[in-house]
Amino acid sequence: MIEMKDGHFYGVTIDILNRAAPLMLLAIGMTLVIATKGIDISVGSMIAISGAVVASLIGGKLEYVDGVKTLITLVPMPVAIITALLVTTLLGMWNGLLISKVGIQPIVATLILLVAGRGIAQLITQGQIITVYYKPFQFIGTGYILGLPFSLFVVGLVFGITFYAVRKTALGMFIESIGINAVASRFAGIKVSKYIFSVYAFSGLCAGLAGLIICSNVSSADGNNAGLFIELDAILAVSLGGNSLDGGRFSLVGSLIGALVIQSITTTIYALGVPPEITLVVKSIVVIIICLLQSAKFRKIVFSKWAQKRGIPSEKNAAKL
Amino acid sequence: MKKMQLSYKYINLIITVVLFFALFAAGSVLYNGFFSTQVLLNMLIDNAFLIITAIGMTFVLIIGGIDISVGSVIALVCMLSAYLLEIQHLSALIVIPLMLLMGFLFGIVQGSFIHFFTIQPFIVTLAGMFLARGLCYVISIDTIMITNSFYQFIATYRIPLPFDNYISISVMIALALVAAALYLNNYTKFGRAVYAIGGNAQSAMLMGLPVGRTKVLVYGLSGFCSALSGVVFSFYMLSGYGLHAMGLEMDAIASAVIGGTPLTGGVGFITGTVFGVLIQGVIQTLIMFQGTLSSWWTKIAVAFLLCLFIVLQRIVVSRKERTKSIS
Repeated sequence: MIEMKDGHFYGVTIDILNRAAPLMLLAIGMTLVIATKGIDISVGSMIAISGAVVASLIGGKLEYVDGVKTLITLVPMPVAIITALLVTTLLGMWNGLLISKVGIQPIVATLILLVAGRGIAQLITQGQIITVYYKPFQFIGTGYILGLPFSLFVVGLVFGITFYAVRKTALGMFIESIGINAVASRFAGIKVSKYIFSVYAFSGLCAGLAGLIICSNVSSADGNNAGLFIELDAILAVSLGGNSLDGGRFSLVGSLIGALVIQSITTTIYALGVPPEITLVVKSIVVIIICLLQSAKFRKIVFSKWAQKRGIPSEKNAAKL
Repeated sequence: MKKMQLSYKYINLIITVVLFFALFAAGSVLYNGFFSTQVLLNMLIDNAFLIITAIGMTFVLIIGGIDISVGSVIALVCMLSAYLLEIQHLSALIVIPLMLLMGFLFGIVQGSFIHFFTIQPFIVTLAGMFLARGLCYVISIDTIMITNSFYQFIATYRIPLPFDNYISISVMIALALVAAALYLNNYTKFGRAVYAIGGNAQSAMLMGLPVGRTKVLVYGLSGFCSALSGVVFSFYMLSGYGLHAMGLEMDAIASAVIGGTPLTGGVGFITGTVFGVLIQGVIQTLIMFQGTLSSWWTKIAVAFLLCLFIVLQRIVVSRKERTKSIS
């Protein structure tokens, strides 16, 4: 499965890991959002915006100076990247503001950005697909460090920091308690709105990073199609990872595995030679099965008899029913 | 105080209607040829399918749910009818009822999942969305053109109106559905039950209302509306393609919200939704007449309105809560 070539690791496993990187990033952000009983459906649009910002800032101009192909960048790459991340974080904050301060339902608040986001991305790119010729930028999506894709290191870093923050500090517990009962959490002295606000901002940051990787991977920014429907994949990844969409307890590792499962399905379908669009049918079946398994009522109908026969009092069932 | 609350409920609706006429008036002042009945009718012709979908969506929103599968169902109906008409050579008179039945059953199945297994509507209809969109590609990856003579006839037929105006048959279908929805919503037990369940499902159940049946039927109705919208859309596009009606669910939700139907359930207006669609139409037309702005401004303008109305609704709700807590 994995082999070494030219100092890189190659193979299906590496390929899945590399391609799943943006989804994993989104899933990390989305897990925290969903843990607070929220949802963020604007991440796909934020990906498009992040790509558009970075591509238009780096610039796609390829000019000949003294007969040598040189690339004209408008601003240095780090500035462009930081700007893109800043923009999506700000957009995430906007979501957070609407949800935590104004008190709008998460799905509605993020719907606004979902509708407007692609329009904004189109305006930034002026309706065109911007191609980025600047080589160092392509490193983000296609480069390798120590034989592994660079994008994996980005995921690893974000995951590491998030994991540390939610598991080694009280943050994770606060988020879970907000998801279980926001009012009780407020009475317990947790600054609920502050945490909800930060969670959406963080989701925006993750979306921005994912956008950079996608944009760099294909060396272009396409306001229409970059990250189209990826928000649904991200939500799916989170729920595949065993996280309840009702908030509360969450598992970051589960979400990452969920993202990898989705990417594995896609890659398998590509490898089978079936039209890739059929992935959608498979995904829908997976969603239905997962939902049925998560549904307490369904488990009661199907599994209670089985459990009785075996004499196993299911702990989850007992707790939920 | 009762009177005050009533006016709060209608405030969004009133603003929407006023805004629609204001935008139309602004267009008439700014651009030559904007002020004509035909421009108004064209908005209906171009948005007939959106009106139909948005009405189904309004019912779902009133009951406190959401249905994001509508756009995909439209695409599936277009694709399947194109396939049945062109490759299986079935008659249009068989295909159309079949499509409507399919849409209705699709909705019923979604509704059953939502009600009987208490899975969140968002997730169930998300799965439905993936499924319908994926099935389109199972049928064909390429566009199938519809050359059926009946479809061609309906697509090109213009119903003449006085003063050189015309409308299409799709508009008639949409208007008939609006009338039927208004009746269903305001004058039937079903319609009243929808409002009651949206307001508080538990109280509705204790009142003896058929909560489960109504809920499932509402999703069935939404499925039926999307299928009807798909039929109308196939008249409009004369083709089946997997990418048809991409993101239409969000347009439909936006129309309903702009028309004064909050996503919290219990409140909603069919008339408001129609005006919500028309506002999007007027913005499209304004941008078309303006000529230099990209069509993306439509999306941004709609999102801005959406934001405005949602915040407004929030203010209304919080004010209501405050009066409640005082009393």
